[in-house]
Amino acid sequence: MHILANPARFLKLARPLTAWLGWAGALVTAVALAIGLLVAPKDYLQGDSVRIMYVHVPAAWLAMGGWTGIAVASLMQLVWRHPLAGVAARAIAVPGAVFSAICLATGSLWGRPTWGTYWEWDGRMTSMLVLLFLYIGYVALADADRERGGEGRVVAIFGLLGAINIPIIRFSVEWWNTLHQGQSISFTGGGSSIDASMRWPLLASSLGFSLLFGAIVLMRMRAMLARQKVEARMRRLSA
Amino acid sequence: MNHWPFIIGAYAVALLATLALVLRSWVEMRRAEADLEGLKR
Repeated sequence: MHILANPARFLKLARPLTAWLGWAGALVTAVALAIGLLVAPKDYLQGDSVRIMYVHVPAAWLAMGGWTGIAVASLMQLVWRHPLAGVAARAIAVPGAVFSAICLATGSLWGRPTWGTYWEWDGRMTSMLVLLFLYIGYVALADADRERGGEGRVVAIFGLLGAINIPIIRFSVEWWNTLHQGQSISFTGGGSSIDASMRWPLLASSLGFSLLFGAIVLMRMRAMLARQKVEARMRRLSA
Repeated sequence: MNHWPFIIGAYAVALLATLALVLRSWVEMRRAEADLEGLKR
């Protein structure tokens, strides 16, 4: 991680990686969603509506993973003052907000045929809506800080504090009696209640969307670094 | 209840939003890097 803190070294790696992540992500997502729509079986209780899972769950994971990335980058910015950490955190914010919105919209569309309602103020849905508001607040704060020529410390502190919401989202279905179903997949040895015929397309679509998310973050970081260089040159020229 | 309008709606929202995000990020990156190249010349 420390090696990549050098912008020149980062750009040397990011240029080829952006295209690879983008094309691989597009291919894996297309195949996974085609399987999810046309091949994977329907659920014995939820029927065909379970196919929404293949877009809803990756969006939820990326929305939560995005803020976790912001928190880690913010910590690196505050503790080690990595020049790229703040750029990385800011680059994650907009895609994180978009995937939070996708999660809420697709969850709402899944809720209507399965629960009979588009929205319910339960723990999981409300905490995910709070995450979307946190992302919007982060973007606004980061823009204001940049316009004022700030060092981004307040933005980094906000990024760290906002991470409190991540375990709240994760455990909301255990802490409160919610309409939302509990965890179906466990990566910590708790076992998965979802059948393999649905689990593999879900993991594949999650991988595909994650690769696309990575490509988007790299593109945004490259744009920010280029803009910073342009602004620095313009300042030097006008001095 | 027919589930397919909800499924198609959910996929459309997810794919269109992701595509718009990819395209916007790509255009911004290309524009910023072209501006930098223009200054270097």
